[in-house]
Amino acid sequence: MNLHEFQSKDLFRKYGIPVPKGAIATTPNEAKSVAHELGGEKWVVKAQIHSGGRGKAGGVKIAKNQDEVTKFAKEMLGKTFVTKQTGSSGLPSNSVYIESATDYEKELYISLLVDREDECISVISSKSGGGNIEEVAEEDPNSVFKIPINSALGIMPYQLRKLSIGLGLTKEQSGQLTSIIKNTYNLFLENDASLVEINPLVVSKKSELIALDAKINIDSNALFRQPELLKLKDPTQEDESENDAAKKGLNYVSLNGNIACLVNGAGLAMATMDLIKLHGGEPANFLDVGGGATSEKVSYALKLILANENVQGILVNIFGGIVRCDLIAQGIIDAVKEIEVSLPVVVRLEGTNVEDGKEILKKSGLEIITATDLTDAAKKVVEAVNK
Amino acid sequence: MSILVNKNTKILCQGITGNQGSFHTQHCIEYGSEVVAGVTPGAGGREYLDIPIYNSVREAVDISTVDVSMIYVPAPFAADAIIEAAEAGIKLIVCITEGIPVNDMVKVKAAIKNNECRLLGPNCPGIITSEECKVGIMPGFIHKKGKIGIISRSGTLTYEAVYQTTKNGLGQTTCIGIGGDPIRGMNFIDCLKLFEDDPETEGIIMVGEIGGTDEEAAAEFIKSDIKKPVVGYIAGVTAPPGKRMGHAGAIVAGGKGTAEEKYRALDKAGVHSVKSPALLGDAILELLN
Repeated sequence: MNLHEFQSKDLFRKYGIPVPKGAIATTPNEAKSVAHELGGEKWVVKAQIHSGGRGKAGGVKIAKNQDEVTKFAKEMLGKTFVTKQTGSSGLPSNSVYIESATDYEKELYISLLVDREDECISVISSKSGGGNIEEVAEEDPNSVFKIPINSALGIMPYQLRKLSIGLGLTKEQSGQLTSIIKNTYNLFLENDASLVEINPLVVSKKSELIALDAKINIDSNALFRQPELLKLKDPTQEDESENDAAKKGLNYVSLNGNIACLVNGAGLAMATMDLIKLHGGEPANFLDVGGGATSEKVSYALKLILANENVQGILVNIFGGIVRCDLIAQGIIDAVKEIEVSLPVVVRLEGTNVEDGKEILKKSGLEIITATDLTDAAKKVVEAVNK
Repeated sequence: MSILVNKNTKILCQGITGNQGSFHTQHCIEYGSEVVAGVTPGAGGREYLDIPIYNSVREAVDISTVDVSMIYVPAPFAADAIIEAAEAGIKLIVCITEGIPVNDMVKVKAAIKNNECRLLGPNCPGIITSEECKVGIMPGFIHKKGKIGIISRSGTLTYEAVYQTTKNGLGQTTCIGIGGDPIRGMNFIDCLKLFEDDPETEGIIMVGEIGGTDEEAAAEFIKSDIKKPVVGYIAGVTAPPGKRMGHAGAIVAGGKGTAEEKYRALDKAGVHSVKSPALLGDAILELLN
């Protein structure tokens, strides 16, 4: 689960990580009064969307007077921003964050993340902050360095010294960095984060380290013990059908193709998409109905994929291990009848009670195309759609 | 021979009285696995499915010999269960549970480092030695005793590979689901090593997916250390970046962990790979002939 910048900065304040003064606004007038209350001469107006790359999409602007704050807020509120990370449909900014502008000398990069390779939490840092860290790592690998944290020891003084030297900080700034890293680590652990990114962490003209941006991802598996964070979830930033599916215990991701698939198991669901592509088609979604697929789940899943109007054909691919193919077959038939599916449906069943399942499909009188194996299924659905 | 589990393996089940634990333990017993003990805190002293139940893993191992713990404990308590098993001296811990917080797994990995144990999973189907011992949730009937070792991050894709090698007559020695989480126990390399040393295993099927770099590491390892034929497949060529594809660990993040990269690594290391999971059985048969 992603947090907005303003939510992340609230958490930063709670943990003593320095951020500029700022507040959220949902109307242009509110934005203006926030600027008024903040005082000063320059403000930054920032669109609140769950995506990086806002600046390039016009979602971060510096206002030199309060009328400009109003103007920028008006432009951004309700606007859909398309960035490198959002995909073509973009994300709406339903609020803007107004903060006092900070004059700075240097932009650094700091993040804490779950490090799969070293199986721990690691600090990633670079003295080239502000931009896309992946690009920095590509262009100048030596400027990005990683410090793995031993979870029994926490971050050690020698590691902090290494960080400060790598970032080219003065002794006084190093002290500030130490406190920022320690506080960020506590925030990370106590909130079950999987990523906390400060990009940029700036060195201000007054030689203060300040987090100008804040990005936090929370581990969805840990939300059961983070009820306060769960309240920060913003459904407008997520795909509605993906959210609905999750509530029913289905893993669903929508894609741009025209062949929908319904599969049990995440790996097989990915492989099914790949097979469709391999045989010349384009998958419309990823859908894993899980190991305990019941006929109700299958029926709901079919409705879900049919709600996508690009879909022109459906491939059902079930390897019945614990689930029985005859039950799945009955679920497919019930759903196809109930929803009056008019698109071609190709079904590949394998595993427990497969013969009974195939028999049920055959006797149904419905125009369901049965496939003998994976390859046959992919070929048949691509052929049916291209007819 | 086979690896890690066989007909003499004695299994303890943590979370045996829960829905999942109870259901799958019964299936394991039906398959022929020897389940000697169960642990459910507070239920000690009872019998369940004719198996003695203990309050703690320590209590169980003090009374009976246990080789493997099979864990179905719900996600909020699963990390604790894994560490409890490791501290009690169990050598192989198979954690089926899905949805364990990743920071819990970071702690688990650090905690069990000094215990002499192997962890398999979490979020995995388990491990099975065909016609001998099943520790997990896989459909037993598709397995057939034979000569292929299978390693996979995905449950249902393991079943595909198993089914194909059963159909073409090769059969399997042992099949291992290493799980779909980003931080997990055994990885491809650990399993490859064991299969290389197992005289009955003649060929290996390795099924990877997007996310992380374990497949890349495995490719290098195969090149340097594995003499037996290996066929690789990677799921998720069509997966969009930044989206989690069902498994917590199946995500292309920051341009890293793509299927293309993994295929490239396999090619570079000279590992035979297939672009369709339907071809796994044929490919390994061809390599063996």
